[in-house]
Amino acid sequence: MTPNVTQSDIEIIDLSKIFGSGDEAFKAVDHISVHIPDNEFFTLLGPSGCGKTTLLRLIAGFEQPSSGWIKLGGQDITALSPNHRPVNTVFQSYALFPHMSVADNVGFGLRMLGQSRRQIQHTVSEMLALVEMESLASRRPAQISGGQQQRVALARALAPRPRVLLLDEPLSALDLKLRKTMQTELKRLQAETGITFVFVTHDQQEALTLSDQIAVMHNGQILQVGTPQGIYNHPAERFVADFIGDSNFLSATVVQTNGHSAQVQLRSGAAIRASLPSTLAAAVGSSVTVVVRPEQATLADQGVLQGTLEQSLYFGTDTQMQIRLADGELFNLRRQNTIGQPALPAPGAAVQIAIAEGAAQVVRH
Amino acid sequence: MARRAFALNRLPGFTLIAFITFFLLYLPILTLVVFSFNAEASMSIWGGFSVDWYRAAFANRTVQEVSLRSLVIAVSAASVATTAATLAALATTRTPTFRGQTLIYALIHQPLMVPEIVTGVALLIFFAVIKVYTGYTGLAYLIAAHSAFCIPFAYLPIRARLQTMDITLERAAADLYATPLQTFRRITLPLLMPGILAGFMLAFVISLDTVVITEFVKSAGQDTLATYMLGQIRRAVTPEMYAISTLFLLLSILAVAVFFLLSRQRLG
Repeated sequence: MTPNVTQSDIEIIDLSKIFGSGDEAFKAVDHISVHIPDNEFFTLLGPSGCGKTTLLRLIAGFEQPSSGWIKLGGQDITALSPNHRPVNTVFQSYALFPHMSVADNVGFGLRMLGQSRRQIQHTVSEMLALVEMESLASRRPAQISGGQQQRVALARALAPRPRVLLLDEPLSALDLKLRKTMQTELKRLQAETGITFVFVTHDQQEALTLSDQIAVMHNGQILQVGTPQGIYNHPAERFVADFIGDSNFLSATVVQTNGHSAQVQLRSGAAIRASLPSTLAAAVGSSVTVVVRPEQATLADQGVLQGTLEQSLYFGTDTQMQIRLADGELFNLRRQNTIGQPALPAPGAAVQIAIAEGAAQVVRH
Repeated sequence: MARRAFALNRLPGFTLIAFITFFLLYLPILTLVVFSFNAEASMSIWGGFSVDWYRAAFANRTVQEVSLRSLVIAVSAASVATTAATLAALATTRTPTFRGQTLIYALIHQPLMVPEIVTGVALLIFFAVIKVYTGYTGLAYLIAAHSAFCIPFAYLPIRARLQTMDITLERAAADLYATPLQTFRRITLPLLMPGILAGFMLAFVISLDTVVITEFVKSAGQDTLATYMLGQIRRAVTPEMYAISTLFLLLSILAVAVFFLLSRQRLG
C-alpha cells in the first residue's frame, strides 16, 4: 500500500458504463475519476438520469463497468462480485426480506459471513439499539412503518461493519418531517461508526446539510467536487450554480485576469471583481457568465446594476425582490427580515444593486 | 379521456345476462351432482335422496385401483413438471436477455399449442419403439408423458410470481455476502414457494384430467380414473359414474382453490 492512502478510501479511475450498443448506446457513467476519502460523508448529487445511481451500483458490484477501475483502500475490486466486496448498500426501496423478522434481517449478513450464534445475537442487539429499534426486533417488515423500515435497512447494512456504506436515495420515500429526523440520524451514525458513507441524492438541500464533500453529476460526468460551502459559494459550472441554490446569471466581458480572480465588465458598464475557477481559462476580451447568489446582493444608493423593482415576495425569514435590469434580464435579490431595516421600495421604483465583495463567480457555460 | 367513464355494468340487461351465463355454465354440473344422490337408477326420474351410489363407488375394487393409479401418476408428474417449470422460470426471468428467448417461451408452451391428439399419436409410436428395445412397460411412460404435458401449466404461475418479486431483494442478499446458492435457498426459494405450490396444484389437476394422452400411452391394465370412466360410460351410464364424477369434481375444486389462494397470496 502506498502511504497517504487510508484503509477505506475509494478510488475511481476512468470508470465508464455504457448500456446498450450501437445507435442505442447510452453512457450512464462517462469516464469518471474521483477519490472518496476514508471516514467521510460523500454525496453524489444530480438530477435523475445523471448516472449517480449507476455509479453507486458499480461500486456495490451490481453492475460491471464497461471500462475503468474501482479501488478500495488501494486494492482493485473491479472484478469482485457483490458478495465479495466489504461494501453494504441501503436501498431506496429498503429491500428488507419480507419473510424474516427485523432481527433476522439485521443478522442476515453476519450469518452469511459465518459468525457464531452468540456473536450474531450480540451484534444484532447492538445494531438495533443504535437505530432505536430494539422493541420491534421480532416484527416482520410489513408490520412496521416506513421510517422504521428505513432504520432496519440501515442497521442491516451496518451490522457486518462494512468499510463503505452506500446509500441510494434512502430518504426519498419518507415525509418531510421524518426525513429531517433521519438526516440528523445519518450524520450521527456516520460520525459514530467512522464508516465511509457514499450517499446518492437529487435533493440539494439534503446534500448541503449532510455532506463533508459533494460531487455534482450531470450526463454521466462529475462536474465539480468540493465541500458544501465550496460548491455553493464557488460553483465552477453554470449547471452547478443553477442546480444548487438560486442564482443570477449575468453576462460580462473579461477586462483583466489575475490568477484566481478576474476584473469583468457587466452590461451595465460597471466593472466588478469575480472569482475565477482554477479549471477555467478566461482570456481578456472574452465574454463570460458571472453568477451572483440572491442573498449576496443588496439594494444601495450607488450600485453596479440599475433596474426597476417588479415585485416583492415575503417568505417570513426573508423577502425576495424581483428586479428588471436595464438590459431586460430579471435579477433576484434576497434580504433578511431583521428588525429596523429601511422600508422596501414600492413596485415600479428605480433601484440600484450592489454586489458584496467576493460574491461574484465566473462559471463555465 | 371520455372512454374511461364507460361503465359496462350500467348497460341494460348486464346483470340478467351475467346470471343467465353463469346458470347455463353450471347447470349441467349441478344436474350431475343432484342426480348422483338419486335413489333411482334413472337418468331422468328423481326417486328420493340416497348415498348408495357413493357407497357402491367406494366399494368398487376397480375404482379404488384406478384412483390410486391416477394419484400416483398425478403426484409424480406434477413434481417433475413443477421442478422443470421452476428451473425454466428462473432461467427466463433471472438471466440477462439472450438471443432466442422468445423461441424458448414458444418451446416451453409447446404442449398448449400442439393438438393433444397429435402428441398422443407421436408418443404412441415413440414409446412403442422404446418398449420394443427395453421391454419395460411400467407406469414411467404415463408419468413421463404427463410431466411433459404439465410443464407449461406449472410454468405460468411460477413465472408470474417471479416477475412480481423484487429483484432488489436478491441483490440485497448478494450485497450482504450471500453466495448465489445461498441467495436462492434463503431468499428466492422461500418467496417463490407460493408460486411453486400453485404451479404444482395446477399441474396435478391437469394430470388427473388428461384423457387423450393417457389413452394413447397406457399399456393394458393401466387405466386412470379418467380413462376408466370414459370406458364405463361407453357401455352404460350408471349413477355410480355420477358419484365418482362428483368426487372427482370435489377434488379438482379443492386443488384449484388451493391454487387460487396461493397465487393470490401477497409478497411480504
